[in-house]
Amino acid sequence: MAALVKLSELAVGASATIREFPKAGPAFVRLREMGLLAGTPVTLVRTAPMGDPLEIKLRGYHLTLRKTEAEHVMVEPAT
Amino acid sequence: MALPPHISAGPTTPSSRIPVYALVGNPNCGKSTLFNALTGLKQKVGNYPGVTVEKKVGTAYSQHGQPMTVIDLPGAYSLAARSPDEAVTRDVLLGRRADTAQPDRILCIVDATNLERNLYLVHQILDLGRPVILVVNMMDLAAEAGLSLKLNQLESQLGIPVIPCEAANGRGIIELRLAMSRPDLPLSRHAWAVPAPIAPAVAELQASLIAQDGKAPLIARAEALLLLTDQDSVRVAGSTPLHPRTAEILSSWEKRWKNEGTDWAGTLVNSRYDAIGRLAAEVVQQAAATGPTTSDRIDAVVTHPVWGWLVLGLVMMLLFLSIFTLAEYPMNWIDGHVAALANAVKGAMPPGDLRDLITDGAISGVGAVVIFLPQILILFFFIGLLESTGYMARAAFIMDRLMSRVGLNGKSFIPLLSSYACAIPGIMATRTIEDAKDRLVTILVAPLMSCSARLPVYLLMIAALLPGDRVPLLTKVGIMLLMYTLGTVGAFGFAWLFKRTLLKGQPPLMIMELPPYRLPRVKDVALHMLERAWIFLRRAGTVILGINIVLWFLSAYPKAPADATPAQQLAQSFAGRAGHLLEPAIKPLGFDWQIGIGLITSFAAREVFVSTMGVVFNTEASDKDTTPLRQAMLAARWPDGRVLFTPLTCITLMIFYVFAMQCMSTIAVVRRETNGWKWPIFQTAYMTGTAWILSLVVYQAGRGLGF
Repeated sequence: MAALVKLSELAVGASATIREFPKAGPAFVRLREMGLLAGTPVTLVRTAPMGDPLEIKLRGYHLTLRKTEAEHVMVEPAT
Repeated sequence: MALPPHISAGPTTPSSRIPVYALVGNPNCGKSTLFNALTGLKQKVGNYPGVTVEKKVGTAYSQHGQPMTVIDLPGAYSLAARSPDEAVTRDVLLGRRADTAQPDRILCIVDATNLERNLYLVHQILDLGRPVILVVNMMDLAAEAGLSLKLNQLESQLGIPVIPCEAANGRGIIELRLAMSRPDLPLSRHAWAVPAPIAPAVAELQASLIAQDGKAPLIARAEALLLLTDQDSVRVAGSTPLHPRTAEILSSWEKRWKNEGTDWAGTLVNSRYDAIGRLAAEVVQQAAATGPTTSDRIDAVVTHPVWGWLVLGLVMMLLFLSIFTLAEYPMNWIDGHVAALANAVKGAMPPGDLRDLITDGAISGVGAVVIFLPQILILFFFIGLLESTGYMARAAFIMDRLMSRVGLNGKSFIPLLSSYACAIPGIMATRTIEDAKDRLVTILVAPLMSCSARLPVYLLMIAALLPGDRVPLLTKVGIMLLMYTLGTVGAFGFAWLFKRTLLKGQPPLMIMELPPYRLPRVKDVALHMLERAWIFLRRAGTVILGINIVLWFLSAYPKAPADATPAQQLAQSFAGRAGHLLEPAIKPLGFDWQIGIGLITSFAAREVFVSTMGVVFNTEASDKDTTPLRQAMLAARWPDGRVLFTPLTCITLMIFYVFAMQCMSTIAVVRRETNGWKWPIFQTAYMTGTAWILSLVVYQAGRGLGF
C-alpha cells in the first residue's frame, strides 16, 4: 500500500482513495453521511481563492470542507 | 395506555380524512420546484412554533380532484440533524412534534445526477415504516451527464413506486399524482440488516421506545437507529424529549462502545452506504467518462484566485446598487402617496385628536412598514436568483476564509452585505445560515453595518460640521467613509467577541455542497420573494405600526395651548419632557434636551432625526435641502451661550448613530427571527450602550484636546 497523506495535503487536481477517518466528532459523522467513507475515491478539485476551504469531488458531486477537517482524513493518492 | 392520535395512526389512511404527505429531500434536488408544481399557489407559509424554521403546507389534487395535504419539510442530508431545519424534518417524520401530525405517507425526492448520496436520506426514511413514493428528479440532466438509470430495477429492489420526473418542465407530475392517489401504497420491502455489533443496542432501544415513549414498532426501530448517529442530538423547541429510561440505555451503550473502541456511528453509516452501493451498481450506468461539464468550466472562472474576486465584486455591486437605487423610486412613490393620503384625510376630517391619530399615528405607521417592501422584494429576488443558480454557495466558498477570522462562516457574508442597504432584509436573509449560533451572531451584528437610513443623519451632520457652501467633496466622502468603516469594524469586532464569549460553540463547519450551476426558475424565485414580503408585513408590520402609534402619542400629548407653534407643542409633550429628563445622561456627550427629543423620535427610524430637528428649530426641514435647518442649528446655543452644534458635537452625534439601535423595525424583525424579546432587548442594550460609551470617549477626549 502506498504511503498515506492528509486530504488537506493532496495536490490540486489529484485523486486519491480515503483510507482512514476519525471516529468521533459531529463533523465527521456528517462527512461520512455525505459519503466520505474508507474506500471512497475523491478528487481535490481546487482550494478557495484564499487557500481554504477545499473543494473535493466524490460520488459525482462537489463538496467543500475546511482544512481543519480535511487534515484528519488520511488518503492514499492514486498512482 | 391510550396513544396520542398522531402516533397510533397506522400506515393506511382512513378514507374519511385527507391524506397527509411529507415532501422530503436533500437541498438542491428541486424540492421547492416540485412542491410548487404539485400545489400551485395553494400554499400556507408559517413557522414551526418555537423555532425559526419555515413551515410550508400546500394542497395538491389527485387526477380525480381529491385534495391531498403536502407538507414541504426543510431540505436535509440526513435525519441525524445538524441544524434546526434538519431537526424539524426529523421530528415531524418521527411524530415528535405536537404541532404537526405525523405524515401518513412520504414523498422522497432525489437528484438523478447524484443518486448515491441522495439515497442515504431515502434509506433512513424507508426505515420509518410508512409508505414512500420515490421521485427521481432531473432525469434530463442525468441523461446529459451520460448517466442511464434503470428505475424499474430500483423499483423492484425497493418495492415502492419510483417515478421519473423533471419538475422544472412539469414532466412526471401527472404520473406522480396518480401514484399519490393510490389507496394501497406498499411498504418498502428493502431488506437491510443492522450491523451485528450494534444490533443488540438497537433492539434494546427499540423495546424501550415502544414501552416507555409509546412509539409504534417500526418507528421505534427507525428512531433507535437514528439515536446512534444523532450524536449532538440537536433538540429544538416543540420536540418531545426522550423518556429518561431510553436516554439512560442510550448513554450506557455509548459508554460501553467508547471503552471497547467500537465506531458505532461509522459502522451504521458504512452499512447503509454498502446497501446503497449495491443498489446503485445495479441501477446507475455511467457512459464513458465525460469531459469537464459546463459547471466545471464556469467554476474555473468564478472561483479563480483572481477572476473569482472580480466576479464576486461585480455581483455584490450589482446587488448593492439595485437595492440602493432601484428601490428609491418605489420608496419615493410610497412616501409621496402616504403623505398625500394623510393630507387628504386632514382635509376631509375636522381637526382633532382622532384625525391626528389616523394621519400621524396610523397612516404614517403603515407607511413606515410599507416603505421597506421595495428593498425586501429586490434583495430576496436577488438572493433567490443567487441560490437557484448555485452562485450563493460559491460566494460563501470564496468568503469563508475571511469570515472565519471572526468565527463565522461564508454564509454570513450576504446577509451582512445586504445590511449596508437595510438591516431588515439582511436579518431576514440569515435563514440560509444553518448553524443556530452563527445565525444569531449574524443577526446581532447586522444592524451595525451603516444602512441607508443613516445617510440623511450623516449628511445633515456633515452639513452642520462644514458650514461653508463649497465644502470639498473629498472631505465629505472621507467623513462618510470613516462612518461606514467604523460600523463595519464594529460589526466584525462584536461578531468576534460574541463567538468567543456569549455564543461559544462548536468550531464552525463549512461542509457544504457546491451544486451544479442551473438556470434559475423565475416563477419559484418570485414566489419565494412574495412569501418573504408577506411574512414581513404580517409579523413585523404589526409591531412597527404599534410602536409608531406610541411614538406619535408621546409627541402629541399633553396638548399645548391652541396658539402654540409645533416647536412649543413638541417641547412640552411627553417626548419633550423625556428629552429634558434625558439631558443629564447625554450632556456628557455634548447633546442637549433638543437633540434628546431627536434621539427619542428617531427611534421610529433614524432619518426621523432630521425632520424632528426641523420641528425643534422651527424650520421646514426636507431631505433635499438642509440649508435653512443647518443655519437654524448653527444658531442654536446652550443656555450659557456656548454653540450647541460644534464640529465635535456633530462628529459625536454621527458616531452615536453608527452604533445605536435607533430602529424599531429592526427590533421587530429580530424579535420575529429569534422568537422572543430576549435577543432584541440584548441587542438594543449592547448597541446603544456602545454608542453611548464611544460618544462619551470621543466627546470628552475632543474637549480635552481643545476642540
